[in-house]
Amino acid sequence: MQLLQQIINGLMLGGILAFVAVAFTLTIGMLNFLNFTIPALFMIAGMATWALSSGGSHMFAWGWHWAWAACAGITLAVLASLLIERFTYRYMKARFGDATEHALPLVSSLGFLIVFEHLAMSLWGADPQRFELPFKDTNLRIGGLIFGIPHLTSLFLAVALVALLHWLLTRTRIGRSLRAIAENPDAATLMGVEVQRIVPVVFVIAGSLSGLAGILYAASYGTVTPFMGDAIATDAIAAMVLGGLGNIWGAIAGGLLVGLVKVLAISTFGAEIEKIPVWGLLLVILILRPSGLFGHTRIGKGKF
Amino acid sequence: MSGYLAGLLAVLAINIIVAYSVFVPAAAGLLNLGAAGFVLVGAYGAGAMTTLFGVPLWLALVLGSFLAGTVAFLISFPILRTRGIYMVLATFAFAEVVAGVLLNIPALGGAAGLSVMAYAGLPLVVPVALCVIGFVAWLMSTRFGLSVRAIHDDENVAHLFGVNLRSTQVAAMTIGGAIGGIGGALLVHQFNFIDVQSTGVLFSIYVLLYVLMGGTQTVWGPLFGAVFFTLAPEGLRKLSELDPALKFLESSRYMTFGIAVVLLMMWRPQGVITRTMIERLAGSRKPVAADAGSAA
Repeated sequence: MQLLQQIINGLMLGGILAFVAVAFTLTIGMLNFLNFTIPALFMIAGMATWALSSGGSHMFAWGWHWAWAACAGITLAVLASLLIERFTYRYMKARFGDATEHALPLVSSLGFLIVFEHLAMSLWGADPQRFELPFKDTNLRIGGLIFGIPHLTSLFLAVALVALLHWLLTRTRIGRSLRAIAENPDAATLMGVEVQRIVPVVFVIAGSLSGLAGILYAASYGTVTPFMGDAIATDAIAAMVLGGLGNIWGAIAGGLLVGLVKVLAISTFGAEIEKIPVWGLLLVILILRPSGLFGHTRIGKGKF
Repeated sequence: MSGYLAGLLAVLAINIIVAYSVFVPAAAGLLNLGAAGFVLVGAYGAGAMTTLFGVPLWLALVLGSFLAGTVAFLISFPILRTRGIYMVLATFAFAEVVAGVLLNIPALGGAAGLSVMAYAGLPLVVPVALCVIGFVAWLMSTRFGLSVRAIHDDENVAHLFGVNLRSTQVAAMTIGGAIGGIGGALLVHQFNFIDVQSTGVLFSIYVLLYVLMGGTQTVWGPLFGAVFFTLAPEGLRKLSELDPALKFLESSRYMTFGIAVVLLMMWRPQGVITRTMIERLAGSRKPVAADAGSAA
């Protein structure tokens, strides 16, 4: 029973990781861009929702209904994501042709990460804040096993949204343009894809996914901090690599796997072991099977 | 010299050393997002030697650097199997694994961190930093430096011209790791303390930013990056103390740093210091027509 509960806990953590991993894998798969601002988008949505919905003496304590606050949080994350698109991705075109240039958008996104996290810190302080849920009991009990409702929601939402995304990518015109850009931006331009118009779509999707994940995370664990995205994002990067860069279903599987490995390792060996299994596994997989555990993608190899 | 200034100078010297540890592989086109890994190996290695085995400080520095270099050498073979963004992620994962392993060695303090008695003051830290700068500057002027520069500019062409990619990149990683080890050994003995949390992902990120913003084309890039981005926040803090109206400068210095990163990457993606700029300053730049092709 104990083990079963741990497995459930792992999968529920995995549900949130999967969300963030999908956002990562989408930007890297479509645009070859390791978007390090995703933890910031995650945090912006979580903190904004907290700030707007709770009363108190902090900034923007407007006491909104939680649903409106959550919508505002996601909108803010999407706007921030578009801002990032404007200032990072647009500048990633090769201009001087040396080996470190593929780092450009990565570096600017790190810059944005620092900006957003410290902006949140100067608005609301660095201390963890309690994220109150409007519902009394957020746990579901089935035969002695405890399921967190926010966790379950995030797991189901993640699967549903990925199914939607899959449909979008394979069946619609936008999806086809995106896949053309993923394959070769120049060829896509020649084929009449308006790259500058289509690319923001990826950022909108990534922003809303990470924003939603941030709110669900805050609801699941009950706290928000300006740096809440960092730990989740590093695990989500691990999940993304396990699933194969650019593979959205792989990201879900990777997220669940990382969540599971993490929770089981902590419950078996104690909290201090947590980094070794996840990152050790990741390092081994990167070295032995760089395309990830699931399927083949040729994304991210060599120069960009 | 006041304590504040001495402390600042020591931090600056250590930042410069660590920046060069990232620069050497970056100069060969290898982005290392795991600087903290090598720094931690050097720091814990040297710290354990002085604390647990009573090894003199200078020897611990050498051994710590040697240890980090060895780790870098061994890890570079598997890491170099990966390319592009996968390599960045592999170095990142490596640093996390190192941190995870160190957390689980009780003899080294585990999560509580390692405290050491031996103290590395300015008379040790500053000359070592100068030696590192000198060494890297010399290194980049050798044939090895030329190979590194060729790989940085175009891997395939360098390979065609007979540069041994694998051995050059392994050497660059190893040298970078060894320099990072020195940095770590000095860090732990300067502060008499090290822990895994404070030398983590953010540390690696900041060091990589110093180097990329300074520029990887010349040896002077990381020096500029480390000096500017260590001193500028302190400068902002000093300014904010002058007048209450300037108070916002203090709290917004990290934001300023982030904005500076974004703007620099837009306007000067190759870093502040470029080869062309150095040549122009040194007056050794040939007429434009002669090397228009190599202009950045």
